[in-house]
Amino acid sequence: MAAIHADASADRAEPELREHFEATIARDQRIEPRDWMPGGYRRTLVRQIAQHAHSEIIGMQPEGEWITRAPSLRRKAILFAKVQDEAGHGLYLYSAAETLGADRSDLTNRLIEGRQKYSSIFNYPTLSFADVGVIGWFVDGAAICNQVPLCRSSYGPYARAMVRICKEESFHQRQGYELLLTMMRGTDEQRAMVQDAVDRWWWPSLMMFGPPDDASPNSAQSMAWKIKRHSNDELRQRFVDMTVPQAEKLGVTLPDPDLRWNEERGRHDFGTPDWAELKRVITGDGPCNDQRTERRRTAHEEGAWVREAATAHAAKQAARTRRTPTQKGAVA
Amino acid sequence: MSDDHLYMTLAEGHDDDTRWAYGTGFEDPLHGVDGAVPDGIDTGELTAVCVALADDALVLAQRLAEWTTRAPELEEEVALANIGLDLLGQARLLYSRAGQVDGTGRDEDAYAYFRDADDFRNVRLAELPNGDFAFSVARLLVLSAWRLAHFERLTASDDPVLAAIAAKGVKELSYHRQYAAEWVVRLGDGTAESHHRMRDALEQVAPYLDELFTAYDVQDEVEAVLKQVTETAGVPLPVCRPQPGSGRAGNHTEHLAPLLAELQSVARAHPEATW
Repeated sequence: MAAIHADASADRAEPELREHFEATIARDQRIEPRDWMPGGYRRTLVRQIAQHAHSEIIGMQPEGEWITRAPSLRRKAILFAKVQDEAGHGLYLYSAAETLGADRSDLTNRLIEGRQKYSSIFNYPTLSFADVGVIGWFVDGAAICNQVPLCRSSYGPYARAMVRICKEESFHQRQGYELLLTMMRGTDEQRAMVQDAVDRWWWPSLMMFGPPDDASPNSAQSMAWKIKRHSNDELRQRFVDMTVPQAEKLGVTLPDPDLRWNEERGRHDFGTPDWAELKRVITGDGPCNDQRTERRRTAHEEGAWVREAATAHAAKQAARTRRTPTQKGAVA
Repeated sequence: MSDDHLYMTLAEGHDDDTRWAYGTGFEDPLHGVDGAVPDGIDTGELTAVCVALADDALVLAQRLAEWTTRAPELEEEVALANIGLDLLGQARLLYSRAGQVDGTGRDEDAYAYFRDADDFRNVRLAELPNGDFAFSVARLLVLSAWRLAHFERLTASDDPVLAAIAAKGVKELSYHRQYAAEWVVRLGDGTAESHHRMRDALEQVAPYLDELFTAYDVQDEVEAVLKQVTETAGVPLPVCRPQPGSGRAGNHTEHLAPLLAELQSVARAHPEATW
């Protein structure tokens, strides 16, 4: 409600407020929660930050499936800590969205009712333990390419959350790659598992950067507002250039016959992802969309009595404290 | 700062292997620790203590891991994972110590992945399925209260390695007990439904209390803690007939074997593999 109200007043804002906002953006300074901002800027940020938060929370599922089955205690601890980090990232991001007047429980409802999206990548299944490594390498690597520029996003709370998140994502990428290096030194069966996972995750990872620039409707305004710093295609290119030498070192083949070094451009040429597939997955028709939102819905609904109990206890405690102001509150 | 610079820093290779979460960045949990066993120590007894405490921790960590993506709130996702990670870290240290002491040189994974259910010495309370959040926090309260009291004693162990592991664990377990106690109180006091669920949870936990007290004399201390918390919660701990048998003797419920089948599935499917 707060956000909607702010939007309505923003649309009638004095010209000098708008000028001040534009000048702040032009000077590369941060917009903070109490600053005036256009309604569209606020809405765009809430949408982007919420989608990002939802992606962290839904993104716990594909890898979380393997915590109980991790094949060594060290790998179990690494994976458990990584999935926990993702819950933490979701928390910071929902908090950043709340500085714009959004409400976490409302955003959660939008997610489980399918009214807000999350990254398409998490709608693919994890079929072997090698997927844990490849997700770290590709998916967290792609997330780093996408998110590092967001550390300079014009909205302060989002930019600051991204600094911390990017540091943790870089560890995630390293642990994923290190798992794959170890597996490639293992048995033939393990090497085959790694190559199979690479084959399945490569194209969906390239799709994480979104549709090509000429088909990305929101990009131009977000770039002008400096919410976003680089185009989808530029970030995709950076990811490919970063990943190719890592694949060579690892000894796996990236499944793209058109992938080759272009001497003239000083960058790699690569094939075109199947954009029809991306569209299907985004609109709800990926391999695991229903399963992912269903799990989140079940956890949320089955936890309702716990959240209600915590609220009721807090209210009773407050009432007890009011009745006996001289006594210390009870335990907890 | 240019984000290109930041980007390159994150994307480039790193040769250092800085630890980034406790217990995750190194191969040997006891690396750099003098593993000599002092004279006069009964190695059989020391091994048994380490294995039993490691089994409790591993099995409960596995149950806590099952909460991942299913917790009632994101803060609980983070907290339950924290506790699970602490226990996993304790299990790793204790198995590693057992492997040094029992003369077999087995590593932590040999204990965790290549023993069957009847070789596990955890208490049965740890292996029971998670049930609802009320059961999970009631169980956590009992096990962390017991483990904390026991670890406090072990800080004076004649084995310096076990004493050090216990000293580290005491700090972790104090938090686990506090977290569980707060939730037992919230749920006992909260709504009619949560009160009812907490009463059921304590009834399910109570028959397994006795098993904890057979070997070590921390019973009075633990019972005092449980009494204080359950009274504050307004849900008394029921007195009931103990479940016969003991996990400490390898007698388990039907729930342990499936738990281990899942935990050990990948490791046993690829026994020659390196991870």
